Amino acid sequence: MEQPEIIIRPGMGALHYWRDIWRYRELFFFLAWRDILVRYKQTAIGVAWSVLRPLLTMVVFTIVFGKLAKLPSNGVPYPIMVYAAMLPWQFFANSLTESSNSLIDNANLLTKVYFPRLIVPAGSVIVSMVDFLISAVILVGLMVWYHFVPDMRILFLPAFFMMAFMASFGAGLWLSALNVQYRDFRYVVPFLVQFGLYISPVGFSSAIVPEQWRFLYFLNPMVGVIDGFRWALLGDAFPVNWSGLALSSVLVFLILAGGIFYFRRMERSFADVV
Amino acid sequence: MSTVITVENLGKKYLLRHQSGQQPYVALRDVLSDGARSLGRKLLGRGGTSAGGAEREEFWALKDVSFEVKQGDRIGIIGRNGAGKSTLLKILSRITEPTTGSVRIRGRVASLLEVGTGFHPELTGRENIYLNGAILGMSRVEIKKKFDEIVDFAEIEKFLDTPVKRYSSGMYVRLAFAVAAHLEPEILVVDEVLAVGDAQFQKKCLGKMEDVSTKEGRTVLFVSHNMAAIESFCSKSILITGGRINYFGFPLDAISRYFDYKNYGDDNGLAKRVDRSGTGSVKLSELKICDSQGNVTDAMFSGHDYIFELGYIKNSDEVLDEVVVSLDIFDDKMIRVLMFRSNFTKSNLRLVEKYGSISCLVKNLPLAKGLYHINIFISHKDVVVLDYIENVVAVQVVGGDFFGTGSEGMSSHCKILHMSKWWTANVLQA
Repeated sequence: MEQPEIIIRPGMGALHYWRDIWRYRELFFFLAWRDILVRYKQTAIGVAWSVLRPLLTMVVFTIVFGKLAKLPSNGVPYPIMVYAAMLPWQFFANSLTESSNSLIDNANLLTKVYFPRLIVPAGSVIVSMVDFLISAVILVGLMVWYHFVPDMRILFLPAFFMMAFMASFGAGLWLSALNVQYRDFRYVVPFLVQFGLYISPVGFSSAIVPEQWRFLYFLNPMVGVIDGFRWALLGDAFPVNWSGLALSSVLVFLILAGGIFYFRRMERSFADVV
Repeated sequence: MSTVITVENLGKKYLLRHQSGQQPYVALRDVLSDGARSLGRKLLGRGGTSAGGAEREEFWALKDVSFEVKQGDRIGIIGRNGAGKSTLLKILSRITEPTTGSVRIRGRVASLLEVGTGFHPELTGRENIYLNGAILGMSRVEIKKKFDEIVDFAEIEKFLDTPVKRYSSGMYVRLAFAVAAHLEPEILVVDEVLAVGDAQFQKKCLGKMEDVSTKEGRTVLFVSHNMAAIESFCSKSILITGGRINYFGFPLDAISRYFDYKNYGDDNGLAKRVDRSGTGSVKLSELKICDSQGNVTDAMFSGHDYIFELGYIKNSDEVLDEVVVSLDIFDDKMIRVLMFRSNFTKSNLRLVEKYGSISCLVKNLPLAKGLYHINIFISHKDVVVLDYIENVVAVQVVGGDFFGTGSEGMSSHCKILHMSKWWTANVLQA
């Protein structure tokens, strides 16, 4: 019989951290499953919320930016253009909100049971991903309604989704760990999400951003993700700025790597601080 | 028998912050302002680093703890509140890191530091069994295999698909225990969890734990204030005092040392305390809380009888008549929830000798689970304050079957328990 020996020493964290994550994969799924299950209990329309929210935002954006401000949509129906961006943005925004509070919401678990803490914010991202998949159905509906057929580029969509996932997870790690240490981040996150919506090309297309601002604009990693989504779904009307995309990708990678590093470093003291 | 746990020189240090701010966590604002302050200090050339540290105090919750546990041992860990028992369990279950020393553990550890960790009130009993099982380290397959046994053990078949928020607290505890009792780790770490639940169910759980340990050679580490359980269940016992191991050996010896230590070694230091007011012609020297068998305890059960025994020292030969004593009990939010005052009951207390004690019998303790502080006040004719000490001791009420129904009340909502009768009547309608 295998008898794994565990050694506990100060400053070591867990020696077999990544192996532990694999061993605790079931708990990871159970936590995500719990959050999904609990989320819409005692709500009148249940899962419909995850469809309704992006749908209504899309309607408002179409009216404000498309009809009132008359911004260009490069020949694609404005609702489709908005919704193609709304999907990754909502995913990112939800993940951020959920994961930043995830450790504090699970404080009772952190102080009573051992498991790799990484699975808590990761679970929140998975929950947002389920929302993403549900609201993606609306996009299919919109495309049928407007007789819009995406081309072969849609095959690249998973790559951009991965990018959105990494950005969400990375930022979620940062915020969740910071939130344990400094509760101020509870107030920062809603602001961040609201602010992010305006500096990301959700209601408009990247084409209208003036040339001299481009560099600054692409420092927002979600710009690359959203442009990628539009390019993969809507085709030539939304060319990708490849250098901008490269910049976004590098940033996403840095956020994720930094997030994991910071989280791992802070993780040891979570139970004492939370 | 092989060694499964080796603990060497284990220590855990906490930094206590002494600040007027009430938040238990660090606010970014403070970090920024502290940073700015220390930067300012550096710029001004007053290179003192101590100013910031003055507000912090080191506290060793555990120090130089070393012991070994063999396979199949059932170790009872006893000690006063705050002695470091829970910290030790937390380190063993990898929830928190030690500051010094090391632990080597051979085998899968499951820790049960609280009943029903991770139970979600909105989820049904069935869903919570799976969730809680996973949290305690069981795999889905394992839970599935044991599912019927768990439901059986908890006696909740009928309510499996009801959200647990509608459960009575007795059902809730039973379900939580049932899941935990079916864990099959090589090493089980259990904190004071048996204090909840009714006596019969407690016995059932202890029996199950013993079964698992003797038949299957599992190792159990078990913290409790219930000396009877320690004595009957454990093969060895560790007494921890002030973060150090005071004794490691036979449970009976550990228990008697524990009581000795409590009675003589450390009498809450009342006589020496300076944060007191009053004339001082009578001074409190000791507070003992005894259960109905006369054993001194620092953990109480709701609904049990206790005697609060106050030792005093009188500094004159004068006999004092009509002395009034008040025992005021405060909850964790420092709200005065109970007051035992001798003139409420017109009890005439007469202090004759220089040394003596005043006792107060409280039957059927009406306090719900929680941590309480006691202030004591002693006066002459309720006019002259002789001695007044705030925060004499902190005592833990660990719950208990106050109503004889298994319910403990709802300690988060209300600290006072009282028996009530209920009935319905029909109103005839014209």
